Amino acid sequence: MDTIIELFSYDFFVNAFLASLLAAVSCGIVGTYIVSRRIVFISGGITHASFGGIGMGYYLGINPLVGAAIFSILSGMGIQLFSSRGKVREDSSIAIWWSLGMAIGIIFVYLTPGYAPNLLSYLFGSILTVSTGEIWLMLALALIIVLFFTLFYRTILYISFDEDFAKTSDLPVNLFNYLLMILISLTIVLNIRVVGIILILSLLTIPQATANVLTREFGRMMFYSVGFAFLASFIGLLISYFADIPSGATIIFTQVVLFGLVKLIKAFIRS
Amino acid sequence: MKKLLEIKNLSAGYDGNVVLENVNMEVFSGDFIGVIGPNGGGKTTLIKTILGLIKPTSGELILHISKTNIGYLPQVNQIDKRFPISVIDVVRSGKANSALFSSFHKNSAEKEKAESLLAEMGISHIRNKAIGELSGGQMQRVFLCRALMNEPELLVLDEPSTYVDNNFEGELYLKLKELNEQMAILLISHDVGTISFFVKTIACVNRHLHHHPSNIISEEQLASYNCPLQIITHGNIPHTVLKLHDEHEHHGHHH
Repeated sequence: MDTIIELFSYDFFVNAFLASLLAAVSCGIVGTYIVSRRIVFISGGITHASFGGIGMGYYLGINPLVGAAIFSILSGMGIQLFSSRGKVREDSSIAIWWSLGMAIGIIFVYLTPGYAPNLLSYLFGSILTVSTGEIWLMLALALIIVLFFTLFYRTILYISFDEDFAKTSDLPVNLFNYLLMILISLTIVLNIRVVGIILILSLLTIPQATANVLTREFGRMMFYSVGFAFLASFIGLLISYFADIPSGATIIFTQVVLFGLVKLIKAFIRS
Repeated sequence: MKKLLEIKNLSAGYDGNVVLENVNMEVFSGDFIGVIGPNGGGKTTLIKTILGLIKPTSGELILHISKTNIGYLPQVNQIDKRFPISVIDVVRSGKANSALFSSFHKNSAEKEKAESLLAEMGISHIRNKAIGELSGGQMQRVFLCRALMNEPELLVLDEPSTYVDNNFEGELYLKLKELNEQMAILLISHDVGTISFFVKTIACVNRHLHHHPSNIISEEQLASYNCPLQIITHGNIPHTVLKLHDEHEHHGHHH
């Protein structure tokens, strides 16, 4: 216990702790929306497409996360545009953007002269190297998400549950679809540093699956998801530190174990 | 009688396929119209056009009531039954047009309205259940409550009797007959035999629309409306026997 407290005297660890807390808030809430609305695959497409922006960022010498943000928002819009206007089947449209983004990223990383620093940290996450500047951005995003979902809780719930019915009630369905798509993109991009592009989908789905074992109510599912996401991230962070294994992968492993435990306990109580 | 809506020379479809062509129809207060027709004939397209979910490719739809004054009960298979939402929230979503900032004001009147509808339907005890835990009949009752939240002038129901047992089906139609005293009803069904006992008029939809001015329709008329239908009747639900050609003279009288 003392060693854990001692860890908080290191700046890098405090940052990692705050990052896991803020990631839990944004991913817990946005992930509940994603899972409830069954748009996990779209989110996967956006996540991977953002790699194109990271590659571009390296090539142009700007912050890779800025490039990732642009790419993920564009791909979110692109997926919707392809399937609604271009008559491409939605899952095919997702796959096109998914692989296009990855391809652009690889080409630009290759074209970037010399060595691309921290490339692996974008792919697999590196919570122990999150900077204070990134923490501020994550805090801003978490606040925006909490505010947005509190203010428009019922509108978001109704649109997610039955989009057609929401349209007949004159709710601004398209506007909310786009706003939520932007929030998903930003959530993905700002949490890339925590678990990485390859693994970020887990933060948006596993805590929600765990929460869904205990509740079938949208609002409660958000709270539980935030809780489970934070618990697993913090435990995973500690394990990865002491065992000296990669943090992103450890966090996800912890989440799956937590999911299994909750499922088991629930089954045990039932019988 | 107040005219609620009119459809003039309306055509609609998807991806260049015409589903409805040159359709004309008027709906008045007090109407109880059974919309029948073969699968793919355009029944759902017709009501989705009325609800503003599909834009007509030509012609016009004129609403004399506000869009939010139309209550809508969609086909059950359009609903994600595993969505994490409770019964009471589903019903409250019927008044979604007041939802935009609803988290800030308590809106207890709206909540009370939802509770009283659930009580009226005899399902108060399931108010906190998740939508996925309900039986088919319970689910339809919940969606009927939702459609009634705005006290609509027109109630539109798309196949409300799928996935429900025969008892509930009869109960539902009796409830609709009662509701018809306060609002016009547009009821989609593939089952002309059963609904003709309850509705006042029948609209046959198969690319074109023929509004038959009675609830009794002969097979010959169905054929002349280009509306081939299998007549299905269920055990103990009362239904009007379809008039055969030779008894046809009697049609037009009411039950």
